[in-house]
Amino acid sequence: MSKEKVTRRVFVSWIFLGWTLFLACLGGLGTMLLRYLFPNVLFEPSQSFKAGYPENYAVGEVSLLWKSKHGVWIVRTAEGLYALSAVCTHLGCTPNWLSGEKKFKCPCHGSGFRFSGINFEGPAPRPLERFKILLGDDGQILVDKTKKFQQEKGEWNDPASFLAI
Amino acid sequence: MEAIKNFINACAVPSRMFPVIVLLFFFVFPVNSFFEKYNKLFFLDRLWTKKGGIFLFSTLTMFLSIGMLDENFRHTVSKPDNLPIVGLIYASLFFLWVALSQARENDLRLEKNEKPKEWHDSQEKILVWPDLVSIELIAMLFALGFLFTWGILVDAPLEEPANLATSPNPAKAPWYFLALQEMLVYFDPALAGVIFPTLIVVGLMAIPYIDNNHKATGYYTFKERKLAITIFLFGWIILWLFMMVIGTILRGPNWNFYGPFEYWDPHKVEALTNINLSEYLYVIGLNMGLPGNIFIREAPGIFLISLYFIGGGFLLTKTVFKNLFKSLGPLRYSFFLVLLLFATSLPIKMTLRWLFNLKYIVSIPEFFFNI
Ligand code: FES
Repeated sequence: MSKEKVTRRVFVSWIFLGWTLFLACLGGLGTMLLRYLFPNVLFEPSQSFKAGYPENYAVGEVSLLWKSKHGVWIVRTAEGLYALSAVCTHLGCTPNWLSGEKKFKCPCHGSGFRFSGINFEGPAPRPLERFKILLGDDGQILVDKTKKFQQEKGEWNDPASFLAI
Repeated sequence: MEAIKNFINACAVPSRMFPVIVLLFFFVFPVNSFFEKYNKLFFLDRLWTKKGGIFLFSTLTMFLSIGMLDENFRHTVSKPDNLPIVGLIYASLFFLWVALSQARENDLRLEKNEKPKEWHDSQEKILVWPDLVSIELIAMLFALGFLFTWGILVDAPLEEPANLATSPNPAKAPWYFLALQEMLVYFDPALAGVIFPTLIVVGLMAIPYIDNNHKATGYYTFKERKLAITIFLFGWIILWLFMMVIGTILRGPNWNFYGPFEYWDPHKVEALTNINLSEYLYVIGLNMGLPGNIFIREAPGIFLISLYFIGGGFLLTKTVFKNLFKSLGPLRYSFFLVLLLFATSLPIKMTLRWLFNLKYIVSIPEFFFNI
């Protein structure tokens, strides 16, 4: 067998080709991985939902109807309704509504929130968030979770965070 | 019996138990001559003799087995999740005793100007392969056999399929994370979930670089490494194991505290309302509203925190750590000091929460920044 001579030029072009292919594969893999993060179909309940008629909610009560599907409590006060997010502002567990004690209590590190969503015990640094709530044309309540209102930013004064009745 | 149980339940409230345990810790592991005097006086150094070991072991076993007669205690302790904790209490006690009994023996020898026991070990060379490796293999097989038996005898506690909208009550992390979870009760998630764990890992890795005390290389001793051992054991026993045990046995529904013999009543009402330092100062102290400007609002807290780190660090350096500063040099010493101040901030914050219902010293929820 004769020993082939590889010139510098040939060597460099092979290296160049090799690296190009390698990086191309890597890029392709990366793109696919990125693509994977955005699934074609999302089996999630839609971000906004109809929550029935305001008359269905009793004054002074927290409705658990939409908690398991949408993660929302609808609270009815004498003045109207608001939609509280059922996600603890500490680390994101789902608190429970304790009707006897009239508070939301988180089972993870013990944060407590009042009826209004204001935090008053445990480590949660800020109140529960509220969602946009409005009355649809058909007279049903519409909760839109894409828009949220944070008390510490003064957003609870926004009329969209509260449905006056 | 009921009276004793109620008494233990009452003592187990962390605001009472924690100071006692911390105090006891310093008498058991005397860091200076003051504590040493009392350590001797109360025969606490005898804990590390054979008799002391038997005493520790039998007290613990007696407490557990008598406790098992109580339904509530049995319920928590014998849960499959919690078995590792019981094992852990025994194992850590055992290894603590093994190390400290050897240290005690050597300390007594050193006092008499004798060489430590390890000095007389045979000087013969032993090969890693096969001498050490074969022993490790046997140990591994035993461990495997143990885990298999455990896995067969005790069923893993499976619960219903996970559901985003319901967190189990209480929602407990795996047992080895319970100390972190306990930490989260007192701190913002960024601090207790990210910064502190990172510091713990970094701090542990930094130990060999910080510690330049070459005494006690190759033999057990306590007296020659008082500070190092005490600091380590404080972190290990009080801030890690003890918090783990609290998290396992004393935390019940709604993450409330329950005594070891108390029924886990999900409707237990505890007044835990807590408020921020700024509210203490402006609303309660000065009887005015919170200032609108975030920095004016949080200035007192920021001041206190910097006072703790700068003033406290300075004070420690001038007093108790004077010699340490000299022997470690400024760079090592400052690393040591920062790590130490972070570590002690944890029990301090816990105590503040218990005593004054203080939520956050600096609280800027607008920027997710709370201390
Ligand atoms: S997640 Fe709710 S208290 Fe920590």
